[in-house]
Order: sequence, then C-alpha cells, then structure tokens
Amino acid sequence: MKVLVPIKRVIDYNVKARVKSDNRDVDLTNVKMAMNPFCEIAIEEAIRLKEAGTASEVVAVTIGPKASQEQLRTALALGADKAIHIETDEKLESLHIAKLLAKIVEQESPELVILGKQSIDSDNNQTGQMLAALTNRGQGTFASKVVINNGKVNVTREVDGGLQTVALNLPAIITTDLRLNEPRYASLPNIMKAKRKPLEVIAADSLGVDLTPRIQLISVEEPAKRTAGIIVEDVAQLVEKLKTEAKVI
Amino acid sequence: MKTLVIAEHDNGALKPETSKTINAAVKMGFPVDVLIAGNSLSAMSSQVASIEGVANVLVADNSVYEHQLAESMTDLVLSLSDTYSHIVASATTTGKNFMPRVAALLDVAQISEIIAVVDADTFKRPIYAGNAIATVKSLDSKKVITVRASSFDLQGEQSAAVVTNIDTVSDSQLSSFVSVEQTESERPELTAATVVISGGRGMQNGENFALLNGIADKLGAAIGASRAAVDAGFVPNDMQVGQTGKIVAPNLYIAVGISGAIQHLAGMKDSKVIVAINKDPDAPIFQVADYGLVADLFEVLPQLENAL
Repeated sequence: MKVLVPIKRVIDYNVKARVKSDNRDVDLTNVKMAMNPFCEIAIEEAIRLKEAGTASEVVAVTIGPKASQEQLRTALALGADKAIHIETDEKLESLHIAKLLAKIVEQESPELVILGKQSIDSDNNQTGQMLAALTNRGQGTFASKVVINNGKVNVTREVDGGLQTVALNLPAIITTDLRLNEPRYASLPNIMKAKRKPLEVIAADSLGVDLTPRIQLISVEEPAKRTAGIIVEDVAQLVEKLKTEAKVI
Repeated sequence: MKTLVIAEHDNGALKPETSKTINAAVKMGFPVDVLIAGNSLSAMSSQVASIEGVANVLVADNSVYEHQLAESMTDLVLSLSDTYSHIVASATTTGKNFMPRVAALLDVAQISEIIAVVDADTFKRPIYAGNAIATVKSLDSKKVITVRASSFDLQGEQSAAVVTNIDTVSDSQLSSFVSVEQTESERPELTAATVVISGGRGMQNGENFALLNGIADKLGAAIGASRAAVDAGFVPNDMQVGQTGKIVAPNLYIAVGISGAIQHLAGMKDSKVIVAINKDPDAPIFQVADYGLVADLFEVLPQLENAL
C-alpha cells in the first residue's frame, strides 16, 4: 500500500508571529521555518504503517517555494521513500492546494493520504477535507487512532465531547490530531542518507490547475491586547475581588 | 441572496453554537434559513424556529444523518445549495469536518472560523494561533463560512418560523459509523460554560485534576486543560483549551498551574475575567490575567474551594 503525505513549511512552532508595520501581512523575513507540527504527526503515522508492514512506500509532497525542499529532506530523513516538490512562489489557498494534490493523487494512486489537520500559519483546517471531496474519497479527520484491515480503515476521531470511530473504504484520506502519535527525531545517518533519496520537482503551473485567488487579504492586525491586572495577596482577597469588583461569582 | 445555516446539535439537544452562528449569519444581511440534519429531532425544529432572524427551518430527520458523517452531510447540503449565496456552520468538529468538503465541491474557497462580519463579503478571522487577525474578502459568488461561536452573541426569540421537512436522503457509501465514546460529565460543556477552570502541567498528574472538581461544582464550571496537560497524558484531548483545542470565552476563566503559552492564550484570551494561579511569578499567564495569585496550587485550591 502506498501512502502519500502532503506537508507544509510554516513558521517554527516556537516563534511568535509579528504583524508588519504596514498591516499587509505577517512578517516572515528572517523567521525560523519548520515542518508544520501536524504534518510531522502525519509523516510519523505513515512511517509507522511502513514499519508495521502495512505500507510499502511513503511519498512526501509539498507545495511552495524552493526553500520548502528543506522540509521534504526532513521527511525523507524521517523515513519517507521519495519526495515531490510542486514549486510555486505564489501564496496559494487551501482549494488550490487541494486541487494540486488531487493531481498528485491521480499520478501516484496512493491508497491512503495522511495530512495534518491544519497548518499553524493560516489555521484553515480545510485541505484534507477538500482533497477528499475532489478525489471522491471518504475522510477521517482529526484522527487519534488509525487501524487498517480488510480494505477498510477505522479512524478514531477527536470530536467535541469525546471520540468517534468511523470506517472508511480504501482509498481514503486521513487528517491527524495531536494524540495520534509522538513524532520521532531524524538521526544524523538518516539525514545524510536522505540527501540521496529521489526528489522530483514539478512546476505548479504545469499541472493545469486554475490558481486564481478566491480570497483577498485586505489587512492583518495585531489582536486586541489584554493588559495585566493585579496580583492578589491570598485566596480571601481573590474571592472578595471576584465577588465585589468583577462581579462574576 | 439568502443564507443557509447548518444547526449544531447532538440529536438530543440543540447546542448554543447554533444561536450564535445565526447571530453571525444575520449580520451578513440576508434572510436566514436553518437546516437541522439528524435523527429523531422532534422538539428541535420548534426550538430553532423561535430563534430571532430565522425565516425557514429545514429538517432532514433520518437515521442516515444521526452521526452527521461528512460525506452524507455534504451531499445533503449540496442538494440545497442552489438558492443560497452564503452557507454557514459553527466551527465545531462537526462543521469543520463537512464544510470544506461542501466548499470544494462547489468550487469555492472556505473562510474558516470568522470572529467578525464586516459586510456580506468581508470577514475577520484569527491566523497564526490568534497572534494576528486577518480581514479577508471572499471573491467567490457563493461563500462557505465557519463561525467561531464564542465571538458572537446568542440571538433573541421570535414567533415561530415555518418548518419544512426534507425527504431526500443521500447516504454516502464512502464511510460508515462504528462507535462513539462520549466523555461522561455532569458539568456544562466547555464552549457553553459561563465559568471555566483549567489545569496545566503544574497539576503534575491526572489524579490531581480532582482538586478542581469541588471548585467547579460550586461555580457550575466546566473543567478544561492546557495542551501541556493533555500532551503529558493527564487528561483527554477533548478537555484541551487552546488554538488546537477548544476556544472558550466564559465570564470567568481560572487558569491553574498553566504557564500561558501562546497556543493556550489563543483559546481563552477573550474571556471576560481571567484569574491565574501559578507559583512562578514570571509566568506569561499573569500578563493577561485580571487577578493573579502567586502561590502553590496544592495549598490554595482547597482554600479556594472552602472560600466559595
């Protein structure tokens, strides 16, 4: 079984995003970039399926500028067998990404596609569901457990108020939630080996997908700031303040 | 131009997110119809019909929709989509699941988790874990939108709108329901509670979360947790408050043993009053707290329970 894992290059998890002074976007100049954390979970799950003998090949794909190849090399170092870079300098939307990925799904025919549930930059939480729609596949979003047997995949999903398990016919699309697994780190020998693994580059505009923007970014602002209040001495003072000043209890 | 809102419910009860999402939909400026899809919905249609601003209630009551699986929900919404310019749902795990599927099949973008309606085409939404607020304009003729319910108010009441049953049933064969494990709780739901008390890594283990129970009982509060507490395995993920968990905006939020990572703040900083209890005076949570108590939580939690 072939598993396709789309990944995204985003601002590093530990870096606080800052808004540009002209309010046109977030400033990413000289900011540390990394693989989106939910995508790391997706890669890890695919590699575990391969280690368990369920998957035969893991293909990582990303869409973005040349620098995104760093994240593909990371995916290869973690255990992906080959990588595909769909190169573009345009800032694409989830629908564009899903359409480009649908082309790769057509080309690679993976039985399973595993994606992160959302990227920590645009926070859209859309691409996996859109890809499932465009390829007419069942979807198991926000997965905390994935079990494959007899041409089906059972996905346990993190839903409001508990866990829901659905059975999907293969081929299917899965998006990862936090508790699915704990991603490994790449070892130095594997990082060296990754440099020799195949990485195919495809120009985004060669795939015949309409990449016209559907959303216009008007402005980006800092959120309203909360200001620090007061430090109370003890529990008695806290309760007194909540009752008489804030009037919330 | 008309707006279709998909109601949030668990078959048994209508969720407050529905009314708040209708509040957002009304601000888009067009008549609002509401679709309720589920199983054995009897009382719910009249409840929705009495929410202010609702023109028509459409009810798809069939066992196929009991678990609101994305594939079947999408087929249902698409079958109704022709006459609507705006299709709107709450950004709950249900709405987030099927709405992008609807958008892709309509060949339009989705605008996720809006926190404000500027006009019929323009919306504000948080990006980068709430560290920035983007104002975006949809260029598509049809808009597919999910709403962060905690950013909108509950709607008032009205005399009942017209209720119509929808008989077409689309049962997608792509997926099927297997099981559900509901977290059993007598407490209010996190996103609906007026008081939330959350524990973080400072709680040290899952057993210690019991220290929050007495306080939650007295305040009628929901109990939440930081991602650090979830990642450490103290409590299940559905208790997580934060950018990657639930977004809450109660009247009172009490953060216990939570340092205040960006990702947690993104989930609770719109709370009306924030209390922080942490033994580290430099914890970032104090920068957003209205009332801070620098103390060992194991000493002060029993005191707090007694003082309430």
